[in-house]
Order: sequence, then structure tokens, then C-alpha cells
Amino acid sequence: MSHIPYCNDASMSLQDVTVELDGYMALSNVTFDVDAGTLMGVVGPNGAGKSTLFNAIAGLLPVRQGSVTLNRVDPRRGELAYVPQRDSVNWRFPVNVMDVVMMGRCCRLGWLRRPGRKDRELVKTCLCRVGLWDQRTAPMTELSGGQRQRVFVARALAQEASVLLLDEAFSGVDAGAREILVEVLQALRDEGRIVLLSTHDLNNLSRRFDQVLCLNRHVCACGAPSQVLTPEVMKELYGFQFSMNGEG
Amino acid sequence: MIEFLFAPLEYSFMLRALVGSALVGVMCPLVGAYVVTRSLAFIGDALAHAVLPGMVLGFMVGINPTLAAVPTGVSVAMLVRFLSRRAGLSADTTIGILFAAMFALGLMMMSMVDTITIDVEDLLLGQILAISPAGIYISLAITGLVILGLFLFHHWLMFTSFDPVGSQVIGRRTHVVDYVLLALLALVIVIGIQAAGVVLVMAMLVIPAATAYLLAGRFVSIMLTAAALGMAASVTGLYLSFHFNLPAGPAMTLVATGIFLLVASFRRRVLA
Repeated sequence: MSHIPYCNDASMSLQDVTVELDGYMALSNVTFDVDAGTLMGVVGPNGAGKSTLFNAIAGLLPVRQGSVTLNRVDPRRGELAYVPQRDSVNWRFPVNVMDVVMMGRCCRLGWLRRPGRKDRELVKTCLCRVGLWDQRTAPMTELSGGQRQRVFVARALAQEASVLLLDEAFSGVDAGAREILVEVLQALRDEGRIVLLSTHDLNNLSRRFDQVLCLNRHVCACGAPSQVLTPEVMKELYGFQFSMNGEG
Repeated sequence: MIEFLFAPLEYSFMLRALVGSALVGVMCPLVGAYVVTRSLAFIGDALAHAVLPGMVLGFMVGINPTLAAVPTGVSVAMLVRFLSRRAGLSADTTIGILFAAMFALGLMMMSMVDTITIDVEDLLLGQILAISPAGIYISLAITGLVILGLFLFHHWLMFTSFDPVGSQVIGRRTHVVDYVLLALLALVIVIGIQAAGVVLVMAMLVIPAATAYLLAGRFVSIMLTAAALGMAASVTGLYLSFHFNLPAGPAMTLVATGIFLLVASFRRRVLA
């Protein structure tokens, strides 16, 4: 089985990032750092700017003020992978699991080269890594929500990504599949990758993530779950105070 | 049956028409597979109408109208993408503006030409039986170009079609890929117009690909099935046109529609 190349000492730093969308401040002065080997959950209400934050990090949206610094990560070489929300994907386009993971090799292939034996071996390794090799010929539309997310993670690995951004990755994914996905992501974290996952699911945050970023157009709190998941922060995020079961 | 198949081949115009319709039947559905799966039918229709000024200009200055349609089609395709991005308008809106404006320009130019006779019906409905040897050579050259484009950009076209956001993160190539697809679309429309005309080229672009979408699973299979169905429909339509004195473009369209209705009556694609 072939080795999946990636950089295990990447880091990311956001300083005073401000993003304006259609005349309103979608993000204001967002500052936080992420070191290699971190699995970070990004939580906040609808419209808090979670997707905007990911888009800004991925270079899809211009930053009006501040800076996004990616150390030892070149997005043009596929080292930053973005797993979009379900709605952003064209499910009408007929592809199977293998096709999707092979898409991750595009940036390495360039315009003229066709996928070779090494590319196919790497794709196999990536699919085995997320436990979906047996499903390699299945159409994407026949997979469950959790399996689809794992296919996108496999594609990120095929891209040789050291930073993974997963937008609303738990949306439409049942509880069992969430745990499988978290296990896969934790293993990638253990190898030194940076994984950011935005979610509305506030259960088990401290067990799932090393760090939690609480976002409501600005950073309400960022750090270890036990430090940031306080009733005060929850009130600032969601407008009312509630306690987190099993958290903090 | 043998008489039915071979009698038309005694005429050189029918041989040319056969080659022309086979090229249309294969090339339009190959790119049409992207049109159907990326919901680009409106832009396909718009481009077909937008090449009219180029074809009229060809008649006016004595250049083969098919050749003259190539730069017009490609320029309008680029303009759609460029204006949408620049003005922040939806692609549908930009297409609606350019489609109407270019078609109007074509009709205006036709009304201004009184020194040469342009058969409006030929432009709108196509006239594959009158295709010239030059028309065949131009179609063959465009076919080569389109196949090369589809081959070289295959993986990027798949990526941007399935996950436009994810592919955009990797690089700014997605814009290039979108421009390439629109250019390929404009090129096959130019081939298709000769057989089916400005109005019916849409049929060859969409119907065989939509039929294949119901029959095949993976994208490449859809492309190949669409090309086979498209060729079957166009050649059958041409034979029906010859033997029953029917207009060729509409005959091809109706054969393709008949196959689609047959398939759609027992196949349904399940989406996510």
C-alpha cells in the first residue's frame, strides 16, 4: 500500500480578519492560531459566519482587512482541501466513489498528464484509510451522508492536503456515522494534519475536538473545550443561557 | 431494406450529408452530456441563436457561414461568463440579454442585405442536404479540436462539474475550465447548425444526452451512449428525410425525441 504524502508541521494564523459581504460585516476582527495536529470545531448560530470563515481561509472570498497566513501550505498544490456543504455539490453529475477521490489528483496531474498507476494506488490507499474501498464503484448518490463525507475526506488525502476544512460535515449524518467520521478525522489529526469542522451539533464537543472556536461574526471564544464552553459564551453565541451536558 | 440503405449513397450530396449528420450526431451529444448534467441547456440555446450575426456576416463578405460562426459563437460564450462575473448578474440574466441582442442583430443584418439572397429557413432549420465539401472539412476540423479539448480537460471538467467550490480552492483554473467548456459548446453548436439550424440544434445537444443520462451510470458511459444515440438519430432522420421527402433537421429531432420518450417510459434516474 502506498504512502500518502502530506506536510505534518503546517500551521495557520488569522489576524484581525474582516470580511464584508454585500455591504455588511460577515466577520469582524477574527484572530486565532491553529498548530499542526489540531482538530478544531467551529460552532455558532446560523449566519454566524462559519462558511464565510472557511471561504476566507480557502481564498474564495477576499479579506477586507487583516490576514490569513498558511505556513507550509500551498492551496494551489492541493495542500488545503475544502469539503463543501451538501448543497454546493452538483449531485446530478454522475460520478462514483473512485471518480471523486481521483479528482483530488487533478492539481498534481496538471493539464496533460493522465492518472497513472501511482495515482490509482494512492487513491486506493486513501479509500482504505476511510474504510470505503469496498464501495469504490458505488455511485455517490447511493451513499449515506456519512459515507459521502468520508469520500470527500479521502479526496482531501489524495490531494495530499495538510489542512482540511469541512463545512457542516455533520449535516444529514446520523449519530453512528458521525462517530466514524470523527474517528477518521482524529486519526488524521494524530498524524499532524489540521482539521477544521463547522457544526451545529453541540453534543460531545469536548470529546470530539481539541479546540473549539465559538463564532458569531466575531470570535466569542477560542481554546480548549473545557475553557470556552461556558454558559456566558453560549449566551453570547445563541442569545440565551444554557448548560452543556457533559461539557466544560 | 438494402435498397433503402444504399440508394441514397448514389448521390454525392447524400454522402456529404451522411458524414455531416454523423459528425453532428456524435459531437453535439458528447458536449451535450455536460449541458444536461450541468443544467446548461439555456446557454446552449442562446449560443445557437447568438451565432446568427456571424453566419449572416459570412454570407455578406463571402466567407463560409459555418467558419464565420466559429468566432462569433466562441466570443459570445466568453462574453456570457465574463459579463456574469463582471456585473455580478446571474448567468441566466446575462444569457437572456446576449441571446436576444445577438439574434436581433442577426435579423437586422439580414434585413439590410439586399444584394445576396439568404434563405432564412436554411439558417433557422438547417440544410444538411446542401452541405458543401468545405462545410464538411470545417466540421471535421472542429470535431478534432473538440475531441482534443474534451480529452485534455476531462479530469478538470469532471471536477468543476461535480464540485465547483472544492475545485476552485485548488486553483483559479476553474474559470479557465468554464471558459473551455463554453468554447467547446460554441464549437459543436456551429457544427450542429448546419444539420439542424439555429432553432433545432438544441435538440441534438440535449435529447440524446438526456436519453443516455437515463440509461448509463458513469459520466464517460453517458457521453459514449449519448454519442451512439445521437448518431443513430441523425442518420435515421437523414434517411427518413431522403425517402419520405421530409426536412432533415426536424426528422432528426423527432427520431431523437422518439427514442427519448421510449426510454423515459421505462427508466427513471434516482437523484440524491
